[in-house]
Amino acid sequence: MNQQRSILAKQGRGAGHALGLLAVLAVFVVLPESAWPAKIGDVAEETSLGQQAIRFFSFRDPSVRYAVIGSVLLGISCGLLGCFIVVRKMALVGDTLSHAVLPGVALGFLFSGVSASGLLDWSFDVANITKNPSLIFCGAVVAGVAGTFLVNTLKQTTKIKEDSALGLTLASFFAVGICLLTMIQRLPTGNKSGIDKFMFGQAAAIGEDDIRLMTGVTLLIVVVVFVFYKELLVTSFDAGFARSIALPSQWIHHGLMLLVAFAVVIALQAVGVVLVSAMLITPAAAAYLLTDRMHRMLLLAVGFGVASGVIGAFISFLKPNIPTGPCMVLGASAVFAVAFFGGPRHGVMTRWWRHVSRSKRVQRENTLKAMFQVLERRDAQPEESVSLKELAERRHEMLDEVSGQAQALKQHGFVTLHEEGNKILFTPSGWQLACTIVRNHRLWELYLTNEANIAADHVHDDAEQIEHVLGDDVVRELERMLDDTTRDPHGRAIPGFADIHKPFAPVAPGPSGYGRSS
Amino acid sequence: MNDFIPAFEWQRVMVEPWTENLPTTFWIVLMGFLITAACGMIGNYLILRRMALVGDAISHSVLPGLAIAFLLAHSLKTVPMFIGALGAGIVTTVLIELIHKKSRVKQDSAIGITFSTLFAIGVILISFGQTDAVHLDAECVLYGEIAFVPLDLVQTELGPGALSVVKNIPGLNSEMFLNGNLLTIAPPSVIRMAVVTGITLLLIVIFYKELLVTSFDSGLSSSLGINATMVHYALMAMLSVIIVSAFEAVGAILVIAMLILPGATASLLAHRLPPMFGITVLHAALSAVGGIYLATWLNCSPAGAMVVAGSVLFALAWVFSPSEGLLRRWLGRELDELDEEELERLAQGI
Repeated sequence: MNQQRSILAKQGRGAGHALGLLAVLAVFVVLPESAWPAKIGDVAEETSLGQQAIRFFSFRDPSVRYAVIGSVLLGISCGLLGCFIVVRKMALVGDTLSHAVLPGVALGFLFSGVSASGLLDWSFDVANITKNPSLIFCGAVVAGVAGTFLVNTLKQTTKIKEDSALGLTLASFFAVGICLLTMIQRLPTGNKSGIDKFMFGQAAAIGEDDIRLMTGVTLLIVVVVFVFYKELLVTSFDAGFARSIALPSQWIHHGLMLLVAFAVVIALQAVGVVLVSAMLITPAAAAYLLTDRMHRMLLLAVGFGVASGVIGAFISFLKPNIPTGPCMVLGASAVFAVAFFGGPRHGVMTRWWRHVSRSKRVQRENTLKAMFQVLERRDAQPEESVSLKELAERRHEMLDEVSGQAQALKQHGFVTLHEEGNKILFTPSGWQLACTIVRNHRLWELYLTNEANIAADHVHDDAEQIEHVLGDDVVRELERMLDDTTRDPHGRAIPGFADIHKPFAPVAPGPSGYGRSS
Repeated sequence: MNDFIPAFEWQRVMVEPWTENLPTTFWIVLMGFLITAACGMIGNYLILRRMALVGDAISHSVLPGLAIAFLLAHSLKTVPMFIGALGAGIVTTVLIELIHKKSRVKQDSAIGITFSTLFAIGVILISFGQTDAVHLDAECVLYGEIAFVPLDLVQTELGPGALSVVKNIPGLNSEMFLNGNLLTIAPPSVIRMAVVTGITLLLIVIFYKELLVTSFDSGLSSSLGINATMVHYALMAMLSVIIVSAFEAVGAILVIAMLILPGATASLLAHRLPPMFGITVLHAALSAVGGIYLATWLNCSPAGAMVVAGSVLFALAWVFSPSEGLLRRWLGRELDELDEEELERLAQGI
């Protein structure tokens, strides 16, 4: 319960950050427009990269300001909702939704030409057509909802599987949209500017009206996610539990789809119909690779979404004929690639490196253990030397391999090498580690024989695996459970505390004449 | 409203495409039919294997392959185009597998991430390499330019002997094909598509058993010694080739409809594979013809109109299918309700 409360508290802090960010953005919106009226890209040829960067990040150009605010807002809304899309395995539903809004965009655009003077007295005038963000928003949301409805109905009433239903809806709606768009493009009006930018997106085409709409919708999304966080979390991860506490899972699902439609539509202007689903999926998937907690994933996804949005807007600001959408998507993909390869816990390279270093450590420990056993068999003191040949016999390995391992041990300060590397001596830390490993091994064997009633000749292999991963507390636990920890099941002494911390006198040049020569 | 939706004039919409405008209409309809037929045939297998969205992914991600081939070869030649598309198709399949297998990202997200990234790369490459000479622009990438297909025709000059032979063939002895001693063969993209469709059909006939078994019963396929992975990759390669030959005409997204719509329609009307193929081809022909009417009437993109016509056909099948149409379900539900009432009455009697 406490844990849950702390999660909610953290989430509260996260939403607080998002709200703070929104407040900062609102300040930018109302900032007076400065006397720098040039549009994005107008000066691209004359200035250097550095100047353009300053120009971009000083936000003095209103269209740059709108573009950046728009990208930040879409990063927030897409990042938040994308997390739920990814954990609910609905990535391709998002894709379908984003393609299906196209006819709605076209109809919303056309509808601005309709003027109603009476209830049934409607007239349509081409000359009135303008890009009205709220109409386009309504049209697109209606089309998106119709698309998800069609997918659900298809799944329920036919044996068509989900993937086919999704692809079918996506492409049919898109085709209707294409027909409408090509019809709009031959209309005798000069005012169809901007409609073609909905394909791949152009952040520079974002206007003040768009920003107002985007801010409102983003606020709505942040608030809804914050308020219904627990419900969304439960229905996403544990459908059975959600049912048992009588949560209306279906309605939550529909509500989530509606919010996703909102997020997709406000992102359209900057990212475009084709790639907007990537802004939902990719930042969230990257966050999913980096953390196991939902609230952290939400914050990370928002951060990645905002970062890739702003980077995309910046790159398309540098090269005016490059659409914004693909740049943002590539930014997000780069973040994903970094998380995929270098993520601290689940990254591919990280896991590979962890695997390699773990197997190296196991090998080192095995060699130390072999040295211990050689000395034990000779009934010798820890200060005495082990020859490579003895070690190789003990490990059933070639001399070359053993000498390579001896070098590795020396690098880690566990041993010192003498007589051109033919004799090996423990250092105090090496001796301690060797004793610990042997102690782990034998304690485990003893535990398996005494407590788990496994025959003494069957316990070695298991102990061979576990000796490297037994932590201190498990060892304490074993010591407490076992009465007598002096001898293992095979009758050999288990090195105890006194052995591990034996006063270790570095050996003076002994009778055979070797010493600390290197 | 008349500005937007033109009046339906019988003469202009229904007659003229087959009389005055026949030379353009014919090639557009033929191209549309060939594309939809090839896509529909391979789409049947995608639907059966629940890989419809892998088709979606590949249709988006052939773009960078195409763009790179184009930037290297400076024109849309067939061979570099096919190589680029094959490469892109294989990279897509491998990337999806890699992301899905090597991390905890689920397959749906892996598909979404892969194709959007590749598509974005493709769009940016095209925007950088844009020249006036070639009509490979960003818009055409989405819905193609099937109307441009008849603009470029392959013609050969006939010798007098061949000319007299051709003149005796009734179909060819017309203005459309014969102009003096120039015999029009076909637009190159139609030839390419026809070859690809033919090869698709041939491969499906030859490997019918393998495709059938791997699609329905992977256990049986491995006991028969059929390499399911091989079949999978071969299917993906064929899919890439079909998509790339259709690319110029219908673009990256409409092709998804052509992959899924015919097969989905067929699956509502038939339950065995051979009749499904028949329905697929019929659907292809009807949607190509219907699309050209729609496009002529509304003056919109023919490729888009063909997909809309195909969707209408699908909707008709959905409503009227004799085995599982909506109509039948509604009628059937009434019967079910009757039965329930009767059962209740019986229960109360007891």
